[in-house]
Amino acid sequence: MTLDFAPVWEGLPELLKGAVVTIEVTAAAFLLSGVLGLLVGIIRLNPARRFLYGLATGYVAFIRGTPLLVQLFLLFFGLPQFGILLPATLCGVIGLGIYSGSYVSEVVRGAIQSLDRGQMEAARSLGMSYREAMWEVVLPQAFRRMLPPLGNETIALIKNSALVSLLTIDDVMREGQRIISTSFRALEVYLAVAVIYFILTNAATQVLRVIERRMTVERG
Amino acid sequence: MIEIRNVYKSFGSTEVLKDVSLTVQPSRTTVVIGPSGSGKSTLLRCCNVLETADRGEIRINGRSIIKDGTPLPDKELNALRAETGMVFQSFNLFPHMTTVENVMRAPVVVRRMARAEARALAMDLLRKVGLGDKADVYPSTLSGGQKQRAAIARALAMKPKVMLFDEPTSALDPELVGEVLQVMKTLAEEGMTMMVVTHEMGFAREVADTVVVMADGRIVESGPPDQIFTNPTQERTRGFLRALVDGHLAGARPQPAAPDPLAALPDDH
Repeated sequence: MTLDFAPVWEGLPELLKGAVVTIEVTAAAFLLSGVLGLLVGIIRLNPARRFLYGLATGYVAFIRGTPLLVQLFLLFFGLPQFGILLPATLCGVIGLGIYSGSYVSEVVRGAIQSLDRGQMEAARSLGMSYREAMWEVVLPQAFRRMLPPLGNETIALIKNSALVSLLTIDDVMREGQRIISTSFRALEVYLAVAVIYFILTNAATQVLRVIERRMTVERG
Repeated sequence: MIEIRNVYKSFGSTEVLKDVSLTVQPSRTTVVIGPSGSGKSTLLRCCNVLETADRGEIRINGRSIIKDGTPLPDKELNALRAETGMVFQSFNLFPHMTTVENVMRAPVVVRRMARAEARALAMDLLRKVGLGDKADVYPSTLSGGQKQRAAIARALAMKPKVMLFDEPTSALDPELVGEVLQVMKTLAEEGMTMMVVTHEMGFAREVADTVVVMADGRIVESGPPDQIFTNPTQERTRGFLRALVDGHLAGARPQPAAPDPLAALPDDH
């Protein structure tokens, strides 16, 4: 038994093409999860708005309590029964975004709740509305505290994106499987796929670390 | 002008304000004193609806800000809060903004003031409180006294007609108290309407037009500082002032050497 990496080198253009798809899907899902997580996290701060709070809490409970793969299949194979036929890539982005958003919402909520109440009070005492106080005073401070846990979420998102290969999306995982189906070199190709994911998660970690450092230096 | 009429407030089953009524006339300074837990900070925070008074009414400059547990609608409440400056014990400066940003932010956001104009206003106010040279540093580099003076400048930037001070010097090192009180004294002399919760009896005596003594959620006594400090009519006031003086003396003067406790025992012990 010898290792033969020739199929990896031959298939490298396809693998890289797949990596680009992985990056695109992950980036789109990241944006979606950020917007969703911010909204849901803020809604979950205030149980007094019962309907929205109930909706948001139900969303977080359901999404965190069921497998991502089942959620993706519900979107891709389930929705067509209602005549809703979304393109595979859109299903992947929405599914990943909704999934990650539930975790991001908890990060957002935790970061905001960890801030001193006096910050909100001071902003309101100056006449700012709740929204203005959030935007001007609370969120900029909370954002800094969100960065480390958001880094973890991003890494999880990149790794979880491998599941979208099961929705016929040609990401790096699926490209790898395709090469294996003709070369039968599973070990070598999956190793290469793993290395690519490793590079992506590390790059994301570095980017976030730079942002974090820059925000810390800014404050003097 | 601040008018507080028959205000009640409970936290859970604890009643912290019981039928409190009090008026601060325009351009006057009322100082509220009393032991901790007497409800004086809660009363002050009710004037800004940072706490919601359960019953009674509070009027600021003739406008009802809360009546029987129902505050003004949000928009009008925000407008009224903008005209009511609040200074907190813990400063609550915004740590992600420079000092001048702290001061100019609310005029820009709330009043839609042009940034250049707001900056000029903020610089004027910072110079007024003696922080002209600290405009571009972040609050974390300021001393406690400087932070509180910046917080006062921030409140003044909204051109308030009324100022509320919630123990503004209680978190300060003793040597930094004076600079903050001096700024407040200047404000009072300029005719600001002020309600001050404090433990600084010197300030109360010197600056207040009226001193209000609170205990157990009620106003025990109120009157001009001379009367309260030299001739209080209520036993609770006397007790509070005595405790305060004892505390001060204990802190400020060297204590006589403690008598040997054994010496007090009978010889045949």
